[in-house]
Amino acid sequence: MMLIGLRKWSAATAMASALSLLLMSPIVVSAQASGEQILKEQCSNCHRLVGPAPATLKELWERKGPDLFYAGNKYKKDWLLAWLQQPKRIRSAGMFYGNHIEVSEDGDVIKKDSLISHPALSVEQASAVTAELLKLKANSDLIVAGEYKPGKISLTMGELRFDKFRGCMACHQIEPGYGGLSGPEVYTAANRLQEDYMMSFMRNPQAWDPKSFMPNMHLKEGDLEKFIHYFHALSGENFE
Amino acid sequence: MMDVTGKNMVAGLLTIIVLLFAVPVVAAEKAEDNYKTYCWQCHGMSGIGNGINVRDMSVQPRDHTDGKEMSSRSDDELFEAIKEGGQAVSKSVLMPHWDGVFSDDEIHSLVKYLRELCQCQHGSS
Repeated sequence: MMLIGLRKWSAATAMASALSLLLMSPIVVSAQASGEQILKEQCSNCHRLVGPAPATLKELWERKGPDLFYAGNKYKKDWLLAWLQQPKRIRSAGMFYGNHIEVSEDGDVIKKDSLISHPALSVEQASAVTAELLKLKANSDLIVAGEYKPGKISLTMGELRFDKFRGCMACHQIEPGYGGLSGPEVYTAANRLQEDYMMSFMRNPQAWDPKSFMPNMHLKEGDLEKFIHYFHALSGENFE
Repeated sequence: MMDVTGKNMVAGLLTIIVLLFAVPVVAAEKAEDNYKTYCWQCHGMSGIGNGINVRDMSVQPRDHTDGKEMSSRSDDELFEAIKEGGQAVSKSVLMPHWDGVFSDDEIHSLVKYLRELCQCQHGSS
C-alpha cells in the first residue's frame, strides 16, 4: 500500500518539477519594467502575491516559493535588494522538501537535480521589486511593531536553548552543513527577516501559514527574544 | 402531537444549536498525506527513522516499522507523543508538539496509520 503511495507521489512530484521548469523562464522584462509588472509577470508563477496561504496539503505541496503577500512584514529591505541580485538557496530541500527527496541506501537524500534555482535580477530590477514587495503587508494584525528589544546571548547559550532545550536544530541548520534540512537555515535569519515578524511567526506559525510544517513550539515569551538574539549572534559569524 | 409550526420551531432551534457549536470548517487530511508532509522529514519516506533531517541528531527518530518497539507503546502514548511532543512521554525534545497542526481526529488517524506501518498492536509482540 505504501509503495503504491510512493509511486503516485513520485509521479506527481516529477510532473510538478517539469511544470516548474517550464514556468521558470529567466527574467526577460526590460530594465525599465516596474516592480509591480515584474512581480505579476515573473514572480507570480511560483509565489503567492495575494493571500490566503495554502489551506490544504495539496496546495502546500504545489507551493514552489515562499508566499509574498506579507513580504513587507517579513523581509528586511537590504537583504531583499542583495539577495534578488545574488539569490542563494535558503531551504536545502526546496520549498516543500517532500517534492525533492528520495530513498537511498544511506537514508533519504535530497534530489538536487529536482531543485530549481531562483533567477537573478539586475540592480534596477531588484530595487524596483524590493520597493514593491515592501508594500505587501498582509497580516499586519499579527505583528506587534517594536516588540522585539535588541539584546545579546552567547553562541553557546543560544545553541543550548535552540538545540538541546527545544530541538529546533532537528529541522534547521545553525551553520552551513550542520542541522536539519527540511526547514530554512537560521544562520541567515537575522539578516533576512524582520525581528517583529520572527517573534510573531515563532509564537504561532499556523496563524501565518496554516499548513506550515513548522509546528507551534509553545515557546515562552522570554524565549522568543532570546532566539532572535541567537540568530543575530549567528549572523555575526558571517557564515554566508 | 406537534403541529407544523411547532415542528418548524424545533427545526429552527436545532439549526441554531448546530451553528453555535460548529467549528470552523477545516477539512481533515488523510493520515497518509499528513505523514508524508510532516513526518517524512525525520521518520523518513519508508518510516524507518532515516529522514533527511537525521544526520546531526543526537537521538535518532523512531523506526515506525519496528513492531517490537512500536507494540510496546499504547495508542494513548502514541497520541500523546504526537500531540504533546516527545518530552510528554519522556522521549526526545527533537519530536515537537503537533497540536497546532493536527486536530485530535487527525492524530487518532495517524495512530491508526502507525499501526499499519508497524503491522502491530499494543502488546502484540
